[in-house]
This record gives sequence, C-alpha cells and structure tokens, in this order.
Amino acid sequence: MTSAQIEIQLIASLVAMACAIPGTFLVLRKMAMISDAISHSILPGIVVGFFLTEDLNSPWLILLAALTGLITVFLVEFIQKTGLVKEDTAIGLVFPALFSIGVILIAKNANDVHLDIDAVLLGELAFAPFDRLLLNGADLGPKSLWVIGAILVLTVALLFTFFKELKLSTFDKGLATSLGFSPVIMHYSLMGVASVTTVGAFDAVGAILVVALMIAPAAMAYLLTNDLKKMLLLSVIFGVVSAITGYWIAHWLDASIAGSMTSVLGILFLLVYLFAPSKGLISVLYRQKRQKVEVHLLTFLLHLQNHEEESERHVKHLNEHINWREVRSKSVLDLASKNNMIVIEDQIISLTPKGKEFTSEAIKYIMTNKSSAIEEMKDRFFLFRG
Amino acid sequence: MKQNIAITVDDLTVAYNYKPVLWDIDLAIPEGVLMAIVGPNGAGKSTLIKSILDIIKPIAGSVKIFDKSYKEQHKLVAYVPQKGSVDWDFPTTALDVVMMGTYGSLGWIKRPGQKQKKEALEALEKVGMLEFKSRQISQLSGGQQQRIFLARALVQKASIYLMDEPFQGVDATTEKAIINILKELRKAGKTVIVVHHDLQTVPEYFDWVTFLNVKKIATGPVKDIFNDDNLTKTYGINYKVSVQQ
Amino acid sequence: MNIQEYFSLVFNDYTLRTITLGTAVLGAICGMLGSFAVLRKQSLLGDAISHAALPGIAIAFLITGAKNSNTLLIGALVSGLIGAYWIRGITKNTHLKSDTALGLILSLFFGFGMLLLTFIQKMPNSNQAGLDKYLFGQAATLIESDVWLMCIVTAISLVVVLLFWKEFKLLLFDADYTKSLGYNTQFLDLLITALIVLAIVIGLQTVGVILMSAMLLAPAAAARQWTNSLGVMIFLAAIFGALSGVLGTAVSASSNNLSTGPVIVLIAAVFVVFSFIFSPGRGLLFKEIRYWKNRNDLQLHKTLAFMHNIAKTHENISHPHSIKILNNFQGYTKKSLKKLEGKMYITVNGSMWAMTQEGYDAAANLYNQHNNND
Repeated sequence: MTSAQIEIQLIASLVAMACAIPGTFLVLRKMAMISDAISHSILPGIVVGFFLTEDLNSPWLILLAALTGLITVFLVEFIQKTGLVKEDTAIGLVFPALFSIGVILIAKNANDVHLDIDAVLLGELAFAPFDRLLLNGADLGPKSLWVIGAILVLTVALLFTFFKELKLSTFDKGLATSLGFSPVIMHYSLMGVASVTTVGAFDAVGAILVVALMIAPAAMAYLLTNDLKKMLLLSVIFGVVSAITGYWIAHWLDASIAGSMTSVLGILFLLVYLFAPSKGLISVLYRQKRQKVEVHLLTFLLHLQNHEEESERHVKHLNEHINWREVRSKSVLDLASKNNMIVIEDQIISLTPKGKEFTSEAIKYIMTNKSSAIEEMKDRFFLFRG
Repeated sequence: MKQNIAITVDDLTVAYNYKPVLWDIDLAIPEGVLMAIVGPNGAGKSTLIKSILDIIKPIAGSVKIFDKSYKEQHKLVAYVPQKGSVDWDFPTTALDVVMMGTYGSLGWIKRPGQKQKKEALEALEKVGMLEFKSRQISQLSGGQQQRIFLARALVQKASIYLMDEPFQGVDATTEKAIINILKELRKAGKTVIVVHHDLQTVPEYFDWVTFLNVKKIATGPVKDIFNDDNLTKTYGINYKVSVQQ
Repeated sequence: MNIQEYFSLVFNDYTLRTITLGTAVLGAICGMLGSFAVLRKQSLLGDAISHAALPGIAIAFLITGAKNSNTLLIGALVSGLIGAYWIRGITKNTHLKSDTALGLILSLFFGFGMLLLTFIQKMPNSNQAGLDKYLFGQAATLIESDVWLMCIVTAISLVVVLLFWKEFKLLLFDADYTKSLGYNTQFLDLLITALIVLAIVIGLQTVGVILMSAMLLAPAAAARQWTNSLGVMIFLAAIFGALSGVLGTAVSASSNNLSTGPVIVLIAAVFVVFSFIFSPGRGLLFKEIRYWKNRNDLQLHKTLAFMHNIAKTHENISHPHSIKILNNFQGYTKKSLKKLEGKMYITVNGSMWAMTQEGYDAAANLYNQHNNND
C-alpha cells in the first residue's frame, strides 16, 4: 500500500464514522429523508462558498454550506406549517429546487469553479491526498483528513456530553420536555451536526451517497439491536468496513470509490435484511408462519371453551363454521393433540385440564390487552411449537 | 313476532400481526334495531365493523348479511367511517362527497348522472346541509363533516347502516340531528349499528346494545342487559352509570 | 441562440419542434399523475423509484450495448420496480420506518448505479457518452421515437384516468369506504402505481433520475392551491407541468452546458412559490390580509362591546357620554371611533359620543354570537 492509499482509506473511514453517528439518531427519529434533503440542498451553499473562499476545505465554506442545510430544515418546516401541502411533499419540493440552483450555478461558472457534476455526485476521494495542509512548509497530511477529523471529534464530543439528553429526546419527547430539555434545541443541534457532517463528507463521497453512509449503517444496526449504545457502535463498524472494502473493490474495478462503498453497504444491508437473527426477513417470515398456526390454535381452543354443546365441538364444525380449509384444521388439531391440550373421542373434541388452564390464562391476558404475555405463556405450555 | 336476522357473525376471530383483536365473536343482529357497540379503547369495536364490511379479513369465522356473503350483499350495506380516517383537505366539495354514496350501486366505470345528483341533494337536505353543497370540505366544521358522511351513507339507500363513532367531535345540535335521522331509519325498518362512546346516552338513543371487549360480553335489548354488571365485565373496573329507564 | 430565437424556430425547426413537443407532453403527464402521488401522500416514493432506476439503465447498457433509449428504459422500469417492491418489503417485514426504507433504497441503488456508470466510462471503446444524460436529463437528445413513446404512454394514462375517474377519486379520498362499496382496491392501487412508475421512467431522459420526483410533485402542489376540485387540479397540474417542461427546455437550449432537469425543476418551483403566495383561496398573502382584517374587526368589536356596556347603564341608550371615559380602554383609537361612526353605530358630537339603536343591536348581537359559538 502506498501512503496515498492509506490516507484515502483513513479519510473514507473517518467520513463513514462521522456519518454513522448522526445517521443513527435520524433513523431512530424517523427523519431519514431529512438527511436526503440536506445533502441535496447544501450544494448551492457549497458553490457560493467556493466563489468566496476558493477552497473546498475552508472552514468558512463548511459553515456557510451547513447553514444552507439548516435553512432547508427551516424551510421544510415552514411549508409544513402553512398546511398548503402535506409533510412529505414539502421535503420533496424544497431540496430539488435548491439542488437545481446549485447545479445551474456550477454549469454557468464551469470555467471558474473547479467543481464538476461528477464531483457533486461522487466526491473526489481519489484526489484527496493531493490537497495537503502545509503549515510553515511542514506537510501535515491531506486537508480533508483534518477537516473530517475535526468534524468527527466535534461529533463524538457532543455525543458524549449530551448522550443522556439525546437518548431521552429521541425516545420520549414528552418526558424530555418535562425534565427541562428542550426538544427543539436538540432537534436543531442534531440538524446542525448532520449538516456540518454532510458538508464535510460531500467532498469525499458526493451529495447523494452521504445519505447512504448516514442511513444504511444505522438501519443495519437497528435490525440487529435495540440498544442505543450498541447501535451506535455497530453502525460505526459497518461504516468503516464498507469504506475499506469499498475502496479495494473500486481499486480492482477501476471505478468510483464512493459508488463502490455504497454498493458494499447495499450488499451488507441485503445480507442483514435477510439474515438478522430476530428482525431479518427469514426469521420474521418463519416466526409469522409459526404465530399464524399458533393463533389459530388459540382461536380453536377458545372456541372449545366457549361452547359446551357437542355440535359445536364436532371435528366437522371446524370446516363448516370456523371457515377453515381441511389442511389448516388438521394441522391445528394435530398441534393441539401433540401439546396435550385436547382429546378427540368419536369425532367430538374436548379440552384437557391443561388446555383449560391455558385457555383461561390466555383470555385473561387478551382482555387486559397484554397480548405480549401470551408469547411467554406459549413457552410455558407448549411442548411443540407451530 | 319472529324477526329476520340482518347480520350473522359466527365464531369470528381477527388478529393484527398475529396478535388477537377479536376472539370468537358470535352475534345475531335482528333486522330493524338501532344498536350501540360499546367497550373500552382497543376493545375491537372498529375492527368488528370493518370485519362485517369485509375490509379486514378474519382468521376464523364468517359474517353473513341476510344469510349471504358480504360480496353478494354489499349494496344493502352503508358505511360511515371514522371522521378522522380521511384527509379533509382533499380537493372536493360536500356535494361531491355525498355523490360518492351512489358509486356502489353504479358499479365499475359508469358515471353518476342527474338522477344520482338529485338523490345526493335530497340527502344533503335531509341532514340540513343543502346550503353548504358547494363548500370545500375542509371549510366545514367537525359536525358538518360528520353530517356529510351521514348523507353519503343515506344516499346508498341501504338496509343496514354501520357507523364508526358518528358522534365524535360534533356539537350538541348535530348529535341531536344525527340521532333523529337514525331513529327515523329504524322506524323505516332499517338496521343501524353505531360504535358509541358515551355510555350516558345509550338508553336514550338505542334499543339494542352489544358489549365488546375482545370477546363479546353481552348483546341484547338495552332494557334487559344495559346494567352495571355488564358494564363492569366490559370495562374491567367497578363501573357505575346512572341508568335512567 | 436566445429564448426569442428559440420560440421563433420552434415551428420551423424539426429538432426543436420534436424536443418541445416531447417536454410538453412529459410535463403534462407528470402533472396529471403527480397529482395522484401527492394526494396519496406518496410524494417521496417517486424520488426513490427514479433514483432506483439508474442501475437498471446501466445494466441494460452493459447487457445489450444498446444506446437505444427504449431498451434502457426497460432496464430503468425493472430496477425502479424492484426498488419500489423492496421498500414495501422493508416497511412490511421489519420495524424500519418508511422514511428509512425510502432513503436506503434511493441512496443504495443510486450508488450502485454510479459505480456501474464509472465502470462503463472506463471500458475500452464503448460509446458511453449517452448515459450521462440520465443523471440530469438532456432534452436535446430526444428523437421522434422517444416523443412517440411519451405520447402513447400519455394517451394510455389519459384513457385509464378518464375510464376509472370515479373509482380513483373514491380511492384517493377514502380507501376503506371504496372497499365497502365492493370495489377491488388492490387493482386500483396497482393501476395508479403502475401509471406513476411509467411516467417516471419516460421522464428520465429529459429530467434525469435525480430531479424527476420534483417534476411529479411541483406542478401538482402548485395546482392544488388554485382550486378545490380534483378535476381542475389535475388539469391545471398538467398545464403547469407542460409549461415548465417547454420553458425549461427553451432556457436550457438557449445556453450552453445546461442540463434540462435543473432548469425545468426551477421553473416548476417558481410556479409553486407563486401559487403558495398569491393563490386567492389558500395563498399566504391573502391569509395574512385576512388575518389583519380579522384583527381589526376584533378591535372594533371590542370597542363596540365596551360602549355597549356603558350605554346599557342608561335608560336612554343614546345618552351621550364623554370620549374621555374610553381613554383607559385599550381598544380605543380615533380611527376606530371614525369607523364606528361610519357604520352608523355611534354618533360623535364634539367630545361626546352616543350609541345609536343600530349600534346597540349590533353589539347585543355580538354577544349572542359569541355565546352560540361556545
């Protein structure tokens, strides 16, 4: 590895980490699309900032562009408040307009601006090592490394200082307000951090792919854990893994690094989506199938408990009255017998004492809206699951 | 006198995400009653109505409208959804919404004509909203919006009316007006079923009642079964309501 | 070429005529179907679908090597639909919310598409120049067959919308009620979604994957402000869309180096801003004016009520009182006094005022109204 390669991977990893942290909170607060809006609408801010500073890594440019991000948030919220259009329409109107302004500004000043459309969409990570920070002639490393490093330090510092407040305002707005933390301040601080990070990352991965770095790691982590700390840690890890893997794939394909990082994120997400232990697609479908049979079993047992008369307890009644097909009736009957909940004599079904006990408890939980307790009950009563 | 059964609910069980919402409900609602469905929040009242309307598919059991499936009988049934279930900023007028009541009998593709418009205007007049017929629906008060929904159901000229909380957020005048229309419907032999929240008014408004809390607690004439015992069973706590009969 | 030249050439120049016709038709269909998307609260779904179309275009190119836009659009259609389907899968099967699902699919598909695009660009002797236009759109590359395709899709959509007008309106307003009337809502749902996806795909070449969603939303959002009728709204949205398309194409064609997408979107945005501010029924300007008027009315009513209370204490309601006693009352100004006099509610004589019968009744009425509203 050359030192340039190491620097690129380092920058990419720092960008991924800096994005993952605010991204986690955006996903939890159901505001993922706001990051999409911010990442698009900072473009005019960056272009104007570039006219003024002529340096993509200038702190002034970052502040100016981040301000555009905050303005977007204000604007979206203002339009939502007027009630003229629905909420999501407000987002969908604001960012394309601002992004268009940015693109047109670039196209109109193509000769003066060293920004082209490709850089807007994909960033210029491959060239990052060439723009170096020189202090009194000493080479301190690539400028963007310092920029994104500073943003990451700031983000982590804020995260540690205000972790409790962030957690509270994310999970329980009401409680946070009553304890005196203003959710509004929290909201705009988070938006501010997201904006600054987006601008810092823009240089490396471009406008739209920032969104992938913010949302995808957090979404994966959310499918694997519900614990906020673990979620933050996991999303940082996912971000870094995809950054480094993405770099090498891009190197091998001779294609865009940002595009390749995003593709790795996509593949990782697909894997997590399919195989996550309890929330992944496969385990969800498996659980649904089981719950479906079990809920039918419960229905059937309750029916038996409700009806003393023999005609209602005849095997045939299952098909006729409860409206089930033969296969389902049979599988439900089998499951009930296997678990010693029922006995069948002369086609007449009766509850066993165990079946009765199970049913009464189930009814109690259902009536008091404690349906979750039923899962625990199933573990106690069932020898065989559905 | 032997009454016809308008709605037969047989062993109905409904689950959301495999969590139980309604359990093993049996109901036989006679034709010509004005019935309240009462029960605490989350008791499955709206779910019951939607299951009868075939909007929600049950996991077990069946519903019959005059002994046939809903699919065959949908023209006999009118529905008043909860007011909050639609977007009142939708670009349409009061008359337009009421006209929607005629769409069921029109069927696919056919357009409403003068006849349908006349029916809609009559229904608007009946609920006292004729002067608001061209009003954009967002500019109506909560009570007026509810009247529009009622008019839309009236236009359906159905035999059975299912209403989900028609008194939610309406003023006293509208409540009186609505209940008078419902009583008129009953007089005309229609069956009216209302999800209701205000227990105080049950004896005054209704002649039939169903207590529901996931399971059916009781169903029958108000004068026989509307008592503290059933209320307590339904609401779980020791419920007392001054029942004036 | 400047804009005037553009319009003077439109009728004679074959290429310009084709392009202009194409963008006009495209704008119209986007406005029409975008109205449905907005009213269904699916504004951002279009954004996700159009971004998700990018890898499909690249893959279609890699497989066929065709520059023929129709082949590439089929690729776009397939990957757009996969994206839409996956979004549904994520929200249905996991606890991730729809905003996360939209953002995920949008950015991941787009990133993958960009990877493929940069890969294609580096491929030896492939004529890849055509693919860039799908990012921001290039109306100038439209040829007659593209415009024909747009016209056909528009015609089909129009026929379907007219045919199922009643059903669509019903579904958009109240889906449960539609079901209760015996209509197959799944079929209607599928029909609307399919039309929207088609409109997105045929617009990609002109507007580009990144800004396509705005082309759906903006004309509809602007049109909604001018009318309370669904039919008029859709008609207006189609007009706004067509105008944005034509004007945008004209502007971008008259200057170098400008993609059509951003220009069309900006012009559509101007329609939106204008409508938000100046629409007579819902616009912010008129709302503000009404607000001030109401405030002034309220002040006047306050003064009148205050006078009414004083006048009540006398047997003769028109007994003159000194203006001075109004001084420690906040609602009182010389102007409001003049206004009340103008309405014949009071008479002013030097430093004295007296209530008229008319003013007395009006004030009493205010009370009644107030009580009724409670």
